[in-house]
Amino acid sequence: MDQNIYVKMESISKNFGTVKANDNINLTVKKGEIHALLGENGAGKSTLMNMLSGFYKPDSGSIYIHGEPVKFDSPKDSIKKGIGMIHQHYKLVEAMTAVQNITLGQKGSFFLSEKKSKNKIKKVAESYGLKINYDKKVYEMSIGEKQATEIIKVLYQGADILIMDEPTAVLTPQETKKLFEILKNMAREGCSIIIITHKLHEVMEISHKVTVLRKGQTIKTLETEKTNSKELTDLMVGRAVDLSIDRPEVEIGEEILKIENLTAEDVDKVEVLKNVSFNLRKGEILGVAGVAGSGQKELCEAIAGLYKIKKGKILYENEDIVGLSPRDIIHKGISMSFIPEDRLGMGLVASMDMVDNYLLKEQHKQKGIFIKRKPVKEKCNNMISKLEIQTPGTSHPVKQLSGGNIQKVLIGREIDTNPHVLITAYAVRGLDIASSHTIYDLLNEQKKKDVGILFIGEDLDVLLKLCDRIMVLSSGRVTGIVSAKETTKEKIGLLMSDEINTEVLAV
Amino acid sequence: MLVNILKASLVAGTPLLLATLGELITEKAGNLNLGVEGMMLVGAISGFALGFYFQNPYMALIGASLSGSFAALIYGFLTITLRSNQVVSGLSLTIFGTGLSSFLGTNFVGKKMPVEVINFFKPIEIPLISKIPIIGEVLFNQDIYVYFSYILAVFLGIYLFKTRKGLNLTAIGENPSAADAAGIKIDLYKYIHILIGGALCGLGGAYLSVVQVPTWQENITAGRGWIAIALVIFSKWNPFKSIYGAYLFGGLSIIGFRIQYLNISQNLLNMLPYIVTIVVLVFSSLNKSKEGSPPKSLSLPYFREER
Repeated sequence: MDQNIYVKMESISKNFGTVKANDNINLTVKKGEIHALLGENGAGKSTLMNMLSGFYKPDSGSIYIHGEPVKFDSPKDSIKKGIGMIHQHYKLVEAMTAVQNITLGQKGSFFLSEKKSKNKIKKVAESYGLKINYDKKVYEMSIGEKQATEIIKVLYQGADILIMDEPTAVLTPQETKKLFEILKNMAREGCSIIIITHKLHEVMEISHKVTVLRKGQTIKTLETEKTNSKELTDLMVGRAVDLSIDRPEVEIGEEILKIENLTAEDVDKVEVLKNVSFNLRKGEILGVAGVAGSGQKELCEAIAGLYKIKKGKILYENEDIVGLSPRDIIHKGISMSFIPEDRLGMGLVASMDMVDNYLLKEQHKQKGIFIKRKPVKEKCNNMISKLEIQTPGTSHPVKQLSGGNIQKVLIGREIDTNPHVLITAYAVRGLDIASSHTIYDLLNEQKKKDVGILFIGEDLDVLLKLCDRIMVLSSGRVTGIVSAKETTKEKIGLLMSDEINTEVLAV
Repeated sequence: MLVNILKASLVAGTPLLLATLGELITEKAGNLNLGVEGMMLVGAISGFALGFYFQNPYMALIGASLSGSFAALIYGFLTITLRSNQVVSGLSLTIFGTGLSSFLGTNFVGKKMPVEVINFFKPIEIPLISKIPIIGEVLFNQDIYVYFSYILAVFLGIYLFKTRKGLNLTAIGENPSAADAAGIKIDLYKYIHILIGGALCGLGGAYLSVVQVPTWQENITAGRGWIAIALVIFSKWNPFKSIYGAYLFGGLSIIGFRIQYLNISQNLLNMLPYIVTIVVLVFSSLNKSKEGSPPKSLSLPYFREER
């Protein structure tokens, strides 16, 4: 077989219980090629790659690496064949330094010599233009640094086939740019790179070829140059999709939530919110922009009654709700949904099914000592059909759903409580196009019902299209509140980097 | 007087040190084994029985370590291969070990270790260094069991922090899926360290029945296995720190005999090590820093294909 074909996967199938994750999938990747694997959540991209990296065993089908047929029993076997996978959730030991993580599991002398390994690692890393602080512990690293550590780790293991599972999902635009430079560099050096993504502009920017998966099947493999975003989207979703985001014109009503001089400290007595003041009106979506960790999470939690407030007021319909219990705040009609980076950490209990998760919020309203599941089950079934949630049923543990479907369950539940104020943070984090749009539509529907929505987002393009006003946070301070129609991405970017503009505060 | 107390503290701390080290490497592999007390008792009775029958100290040592690791094997099979709950498996091992040692020991109650064995474990003075004032007498005029235990602690410390295998082991306890991705054989590491851990617990128990007491009495460990589990936390998963932890607690357990003339209730003094254990646990739970925190995946089973 051709030596230049680094990876060949033939009619691969894999089932998880009754779920067909992969069904007869084919994939071929050549030397020096960047190959994008495109598909919606649950299309089977990660499953396929987990089989290539030895984490899962395929139920049927065959894999050829460098022309040789292989059978992987463990990740170790796949590492030996030169395959390195960088998982979406990094496989790093938090309590160890970069060097320790990179040398993990490597053969060599019985005693460790950090100095020797460091020099060897440096040599490998610098040949690809990668630089990190090797003595830093992983828990002190930024996300970009963690990713660089992962890349160096697989390169040091001698990988010439690199698999990256959604590498840009948690990166800033600058970090993404840097990563792409590195990847291109590696491809020129003769590595094959498989990149899993659902961001179309990234596919267009970086890949040579793209394979589209849908519902566990290979739909088509195309050359990136001969295709376009529209075609790819349609293939991915399986029907023509409208990519525009609506901003329905709703008459903006009276003020429903007013925050005055809100200040809060974290456990180390560092101020995480500094004199935050803003208001939210009925029927409006107020976007919150800012670099990750600028106080978004604390703001959400403060309003929901989960974060201790040092001073300031939170007025809900002119009544101060500071000091009320979270349950009282929910009863008043303020609902919060926060999607953390790992997407499961807050809001849902992973091992419980949909009905029980729904009951977490619903049970207070039921009468009597026994829980009634039946009415809730009906509500869940409605939710499944309305939001197109893919699940074998309402009694399936939510952790077995794919990320996007989990998010739909969480937001769907919050909306079902008919809130007056809806706070949602990173609602579309890691979601594909179709699911993201379902969520935007849901929010707009709420907006039309006169709900005040606080939308904390990452993607500036989305904020600009969806929101009525945008508030920018920087290190816990409000650096500006602007009208979304009249501002630009660049202006918001400036506000995000901490330049207070008193002019725009007046809006 | 002080020298005598210190010297006796080392003797009393030796079973604790061995059990602590055993539990420490087990926990480093990500397994919480609450069966320490049971493994110690099984080791204590096996060591005593074999030493008694064969009148041979080596048979006592082999019996203690093998029976300890056999008990650990039961726990390992349940938690590694069958992935059952570690807390429940460990607790049942303690209950099982306690019962088994009572059953096997019925005919030994009150019996004394033969002279051959006792003589073997007499303190051995190490030439020159045992002449250093205080330290020499305390550290270098002890029986070989004591020497073995603190040298072992140092070796384990070097193993954990300075070798490749130690690094791999730490990774398994912290983040097994990261270790797996790096090609480390998780199950093999877990089995080896759990079995060695069991052997050390068995040896710790046998020190009581074969050397320290050295007469068989039922439930001879009297809760030392539980103290050892607390000592692992006290020593922050660091074998070096476990040395002084174990000797401190050894000292606490004998202080009652030494200050009887002060007219403090004996029962109160007997409670001392257990009270200090609770205090230690309270203080170590207050520690929020990342250094010296437990292995992150402690007591969580690992299954590669779980989603």
